Amino acid sequence: MSGPSSYNPQTGIEKWIDARLPLPRLMYDSFVSYPVPRNLNYTYTFGGILSVMLIAQILTGVVLAMHYTANAEMAFASTEHIMRNVNYGWLLRYMHGVGGSMFFLAVYIHLFRGLYYGSYKDPREILWILGVIIFLLMMATAFMGYVLPWGQMSFWAATVITSLFSAIPLIGDSVVTWLWGGFAVDDPTLNRFFSLHYLLPFMIFGVVVLHVWALHMTGQTNPTGVEVKSGQDTVPFTPYATIKDTFAMVVFFVVFAYFVFYQPNYLGHPDNYIEADPLVTPAHIVPEWYFLPYYAILRAVPSKLGGVVLMFGSILVLFLLPWLDTSKVKSAVYRPLYRQFFWILVAVCIVLGWLGSKPPEGGYVWAARFATAWYFFHFLILLPLLGLFETPTPRPASITESVLGEDGDTHPDAGAETQPAGAAASPQSKG
Amino acid sequence: MADTIAQPAHTGPDGEPTRRDFLLIATGAFGAIGVAALAWPFIHQMNPDASARALASTEVDVSSIEPGQSIKVFWRGKPVFIRYRTEKEVTEARAVSLEELKDTAARNANLGDNADASDANRAVAGREEWIIMVGVCTHFGCIPLGEQGDFGGWFCPCHGSHYDTAGRIRIGPAPENLAIPVFAFLDESTLRIG
Repeated sequence: MSGPSSYNPQTGIEKWIDARLPLPRLMYDSFVSYPVPRNLNYTYTFGGILSVMLIAQILTGVVLAMHYTANAEMAFASTEHIMRNVNYGWLLRYMHGVGGSMFFLAVYIHLFRGLYYGSYKDPREILWILGVIIFLLMMATAFMGYVLPWGQMSFWAATVITSLFSAIPLIGDSVVTWLWGGFAVDDPTLNRFFSLHYLLPFMIFGVVVLHVWALHMTGQTNPTGVEVKSGQDTVPFTPYATIKDTFAMVVFFVVFAYFVFYQPNYLGHPDNYIEADPLVTPAHIVPEWYFLPYYAILRAVPSKLGGVVLMFGSILVLFLLPWLDTSKVKSAVYRPLYRQFFWILVAVCIVLGWLGSKPPEGGYVWAARFATAWYFFHFLILLPLLGLFETPTPRPASITESVLGEDGDTHPDAGAETQPAGAAASPQSKG
Repeated sequence: MADTIAQPAHTGPDGEPTRRDFLLIATGAFGAIGVAALAWPFIHQMNPDASARALASTEVDVSSIEPGQSIKVFWRGKPVFIRYRTEKEVTEARAVSLEELKDTAARNANLGDNADASDANRAVAGREEWIIMVGVCTHFGCIPLGEQGDFGGWFCPCHGSHYDTAGRIRIGPAPENLAIPVFAFLDESTLRIG
């Protein structure tokens, strides 16, 4: 997709296809000869991991749907039926459930990688915005999927999250009734959530195609933030990136498999093994771990509308990020102040997640208020000002120079502190 | 569709719109109306269907409820709290002045929108110890727990809203008092909700 195609069909059948539908050419140019910066570290492997996770979720989801019944009377029993009767049903369901968590783990690493290396900056704004859209679609998909087993947490999560829309002035209650298809979360709600839960992953897939397209227009960022300047700065996607991505996937899937086989319910909640009861709310409603920071923001605000606005605002602010960050320097490696504030932001997000799991009382509420304020302060005030006042450290003239190193000892600390071990060194040995 | 016709590409020699402009605008407008008309069934199908709307009311026998007892009944997929309050609870509820309340509207579907949230407007007219409310927290829809919280009324465990013994929001993120549904006592022991 970038530069002239280097695909050279050899056999007659390849030439025949290439003249009619050049799909092999597109694949070759996108995933074989496509040039990637030679200094990508392991934080750059999560895009590939996420693609595989999306396919894994679609595969397990499609087969689970063959055994699941989207009916309020039968949904809980059919989930247990999958667990007990369906051949390998337990495995498929645990892969799908744990897979959701692993998907979010990977997307958070991917997202913070983007924040650290300035992946959202000119000329990658649309690439970044498409990523945020994928993130929103993922959240909607995960939420609706969590409702399907029709346990207590499913039911009350559905009630609380749909009720968020009741905060909209004037039309809020009508919107909620419309979402429910009744006067409470009930069978019509479950049915439509199932329908949409099946649809949305394919919409995600479509946006992922656009995301990859946009990526291949601009090329990847890299840990130096210096754009590719010559062929020397890059290596072909295959074998270098493919093998690196594959190795990272194997390691990632070891973690995934550990949870599937040894701790399949660790990331879930025991209350969801109690069938939904519209008359009893569980004593502590908490969302899945990947929604906890947003839940903490929601509860930090002593106003219903205000909480909802800030919660959605915490994601919407990411859409504006390319224009909020005024610094021309992409990589945090060369931004001494931003680098510190980046890690503070990471800590604030983790603390918000922890607070989201705590009951909304006393000191927890105040801590959540402070953390929420800091989150918005970071994006809305700090980033615009930091670009004006910060003095970046000297950047290498090119990617090649940063790797092969006339200046190998200029930024020894930055490299060690910010990158997984050995990341920047690997292209050199292949070189 | 309508955007494309805004360009003044087809103006006549004297700058006047031409017949082609008229045709484009008419076609675009016709198409837009058609899309809107077609969209409505796709949107409206998600609203409560006839079977959900049919379950509008329910009748309950309340003769066995003693002072200090409450029951929950199921109405339109939601619990309704029916509580025969104790003397102490009624006294406490009446002692609260309107200035202390977060929401000063009665939220009583049997009264007008202007009724204030005094205990008299919240309790059942003619049976002042009784209170009948939809048991759904006005924050995000959880079921509050009875005889709990800082005011001895209801407490929502989800996000920490405290309601007093008249179901009025006192502390916490919920914006409104617990809603009071339309109801009527058909005779001494039979209550109809809805």
